Amino acid sequence: MDFLKTRIHCAAVTALLILSASSCRDEAEIYRPDENQTGTAQRIPLTGFYLLNEGNMGSNKASLDRYTFADAIYSRNIYADANPDVPKELGDVGNDLAVYGSRLWAVINCSNKVEVLDLKTARRIGQVDIPNCRYIAFDGPYAYVTSYAGPVEINPDYRQRGFVARIDTLTLQETARTTVGYQPDGIAIAGGKIYVANSGGYMVPNYENTVSVIDAATMEFEKNIEIAINLDKIAAAPDGRLWVSSRGDYFDTPSQLFVCDPASGETVRTFDSPVSSMWLDGDSLYTVSSSFNYYTGNTEHSFAVFNTRTLEKECDNFITDGSGSKIKTPYGVAVNPVTKEIYVCDATTYVNPGMLYCFSPDGKLKWSQRTGDIPAKIAFY
Amino acid sequence: MTKRLLRGIAAGILYILPSTAAVAAVEGDSCQTDSTATTLMELTVNGSQWKSEVVAPQVLGGEELTRLNAHSVADAVRYFAGVQLKDYGGVGGVKTLDIRSMGSNHMGVFYDGLPLGNAQNGQIDLGKFSLDNIEEISLYNAQKSAIFQPARDFASSGSIYIRSRRPRFEEGRRVAGGVTFRTGSFGLANPSARLDWKISPSVSATANAEYTYATGKYKFRYSKRLPSGEMAWDTTAVRRNGDLHALRLEAGVFGYIPSGSWMAKVYYYDSERGIPGAIVNNVWKNSQRQWDRNFFAQGQFRKEIGRKAELMVNAKYARDHMRYLNPDTTLMLIDNSFMQQELYLSATGRYSLFSWWDIAAAADWQYNTLDSDMTMFVYPRRHQLLASIATALNYGDFRARASMLLTEVMDRTYPHETRGTSRRLHRFTPAVFLAWTPSGRNLPEIRAFWKKAFRMPTFNDLYYTDIGNADLHPEGTQQFDLGATWRLETASNPLMLEISADAYHNRVTDKIIAVPKGTGQYRWMMMNIGKVRINGLDLSSTSLWNLPAGISGRLRLSYTFQQARDYSDPSDCLDEAGTYKGQIAYIPVHSGSVAAGLHWRGAELNYSWIYAGERWDNSSNIEVNHVQPWYTSDLSIAYSLPLWTGDIRLTLEINNLADQQYEVIRNYPMPGRNYKIIASWTF
Repeated sequence: MDFLKTRIHCAAVTALLILSASSCRDEAEIYRPDENQTGTAQRIPLTGFYLLNEGNMGSNKASLDRYTFADAIYSRNIYADANPDVPKELGDVGNDLAVYGSRLWAVINCSNKVEVLDLKTARRIGQVDIPNCRYIAFDGPYAYVTSYAGPVEINPDYRQRGFVARIDTLTLQETARTTVGYQPDGIAIAGGKIYVANSGGYMVPNYENTVSVIDAATMEFEKNIEIAINLDKIAAAPDGRLWVSSRGDYFDTPSQLFVCDPASGETVRTFDSPVSSMWLDGDSLYTVSSSFNYYTGNTEHSFAVFNTRTLEKECDNFITDGSGSKIKTPYGVAVNPVTKEIYVCDATTYVNPGMLYCFSPDGKLKWSQRTGDIPAKIAFY
Repeated sequence: MTKRLLRGIAAGILYILPSTAAVAAVEGDSCQTDSTATTLMELTVNGSQWKSEVVAPQVLGGEELTRLNAHSVADAVRYFAGVQLKDYGGVGGVKTLDIRSMGSNHMGVFYDGLPLGNAQNGQIDLGKFSLDNIEEISLYNAQKSAIFQPARDFASSGSIYIRSRRPRFEEGRRVAGGVTFRTGSFGLANPSARLDWKISPSVSATANAEYTYATGKYKFRYSKRLPSGEMAWDTTAVRRNGDLHALRLEAGVFGYIPSGSWMAKVYYYDSERGIPGAIVNNVWKNSQRQWDRNFFAQGQFRKEIGRKAELMVNAKYARDHMRYLNPDTTLMLIDNSFMQQELYLSATGRYSLFSWWDIAAAADWQYNTLDSDMTMFVYPRRHQLLASIATALNYGDFRARASMLLTEVMDRTYPHETRGTSRRLHRFTPAVFLAWTPSGRNLPEIRAFWKKAFRMPTFNDLYYTDIGNADLHPEGTQQFDLGATWRLETASNPLMLEISADAYHNRVTDKIIAVPKGTGQYRWMMMNIGKVRINGLDLSSTSLWNLPAGISGRLRLSYTFQQARDYSDPSDCLDEAGTYKGQIAYIPVHSGSVAAGLHWRGAELNYSWIYAGERWDNSSNIEVNHVQPWYTSDLSIAYSLPLWTGDIRLTLEINNLADQQYEVIRNYPMPGRNYKIIASWTF
């Protein structure tokens, strides 16, 4: 009897010792990129593209992927490998990405910074601290960044306007700041004017409904153009007209797309077509969306193309082979300026790694590729 | 001396043996006025004689609880098998319990027999319950497998019962009490006092007050290495905005009547805390704050009617106020207050049809309201009617319990009905427990259970402005368990050994998960999209040892294996980053604990070790989602010496002895090595 007891107990203690011996923590290593071949190698006058994954708020999982055309290699999560000395990697919520000159600019929203990287190596050149920064656009020697975190108004109904910061692309110093509307998001520059789509997203249900106009030379605020509530993305077409998307309010007002003549301030065309992300390629505006409505409880997807010259919807669904049903949450779109291939980012469930789908110009699926969490923005170089 | 030692061992057996301690929970629940008498009574009720519960809970109580270097209920429950504590770190950080990977919303938490509610978000922060006034914590898988209990006790997928200290008096005394002071790392200053008063031979009262202040500051370190082994980066910082100010006041009256008992108590908790937040690139400090004011009053009355029937009535009123402030001018300003109220009434009856067959029925009514100053708020009100019938059969070595619970829920919102209109649903949830306890001394007791349960979507899930989704269904669980317990008691070493093993399979359906609404992640909503299947194994053992030189020892071991897999999206299985069949977030496959203690006269040495294996923060089990295993060792020495009519006790605790830098939740660093000194005097 005693023998049995002792045996049982010895077994338990031994099991625990084994558990403790095998439980060693590995020294945490920097993330290594995952590389794999996807699609086929292409000889084109472009090196490739970078893709910015947002990562969820608080997860610190904003990440950068890269695709190179010459060898068709997709490299996932390359930032830490290129910048092993940066504590806590790229940061929290990557919101915008752009190539300008020989540099890659990444707007990292919840890390309150704009990260400036060398285009070839993705090595960090510097960072510009801008609280709650959102989107970026370039003109001449400057980068312009929208931010929600403008001056605090002393007001019982606390409200805080946003601003546009002007950054010298050589010194990476902020040289001017202009207050705009509430919670400014998308930014576009055309004809010496900066256009900012104000959302008012912090003021539900009293959303903003304007585009702010700033004179780029003087950084003086000029006027607000009323368009619709909860504005989001903005693009200036070659003819100078503004294409602005609204998120709607998820109840009675759906997400829509507007065309605005900035000189007169008139909305010249309205499309009942929801937009999550847009990409202007020549005269074609590609849009994707995944829009939710509270009444129906449904989320609807769309993949539409608009002609910015004729102001007509060119096509309702640029995916022609039915493979759009694979895409769970269309979240970003980009068009290869050379091959005109279309890339669609799929945020899937938002908490899991997303997917990138590549379509031929005539809308046939060419390849798909796993990305980081919430793939959102693509920049070609 | 010998007598004292024996009593110590007796108390040890009482608190370590799960089933025996459960006897204390059942038999001595209402009132314990004389510790010696109670101890003797409990010791006589042992093993197979005890008939109330078929599946014994895991119990931590009395002396063992004080020896665990645990500050709050949350710290203590980590020693149970089958549970995972979600700990955001620090004195004031949120700590919620997840039982057998079904999610913390499925955990019922009962304080002195009545449920603690949080209709707003369904989560009970166990870090808010200091152990200062707690004498026992019991963890039940599925439900307490007794039949004489309120309908609410049948409703959760797992339950934890927290029992506050009952008044106790030495022979011939009418007053008892104590004062304690704790200090140490994190700028902790934590005084508490307790007074027990015997009003009459059958009525006694107790009052308890505690104040906790902590700066919550601690150093933490993040570092990464290059593949070559060289340091890539290495940063040490101080955790800020984790301060806590909390006042707790509690008072209770406990009385006996002929063949019955009653109790009434009030509880008040008032706190202000910083929310230290996630540490991410370029943001090493946050400024969000939270204020909580919790009040409840509750009462219980139970009486046997004749020799065959018994009646119990419970009532509770709770009022919880919470204010959340985000003063960070770079973010959205949020300053919202929420007020929840709960009214709960319950009546339970039991009748013995035969000596081997009991039946019971219970009816509960619960009313919850939530008010807030948020814009577009819909002021939800929820009525819940719970009715249960249960039966207990004891036939020789065989015991069975079965219950059926009917839950009726009706939600209303104001000033207008939300989309999805007023919610009305009713569900039946059954449970069956079987046990076979062979009379032969050395055979194991075998048990099995099956239970279905669900949780209602919380008010936040359904109605939170701009996030809630009124179309949600309840989230369901189903549990199957097969287990055995071996118990050996002898005069030689070990004096007592108990080994318990359970294998189980759980399913969670319609799991409620937050997903963004489509145009950016600032607008989330809740969806019923999750499916989880869990295969698990819980092993635990406790033993008592009589060592040379008058030293007594005890050892408690637990091990948990959990394969908790995400079955939500069968199409997401194309590559290694796919989520289909991935281990769900923050559930380690392997986890375990050791708690060992040596006791010699007035001196004690305690050591404990907790281990959580590698985890992922997402069902996509890839490297970027990998979270390192962690294990911490805690050590304490204590010395007690008699003073006047009581004891003075000094304790020195060293926690996280190896100074491990770890995270339970990604980006929420936990404290490294820390110290605590406790001085207490009881009289």
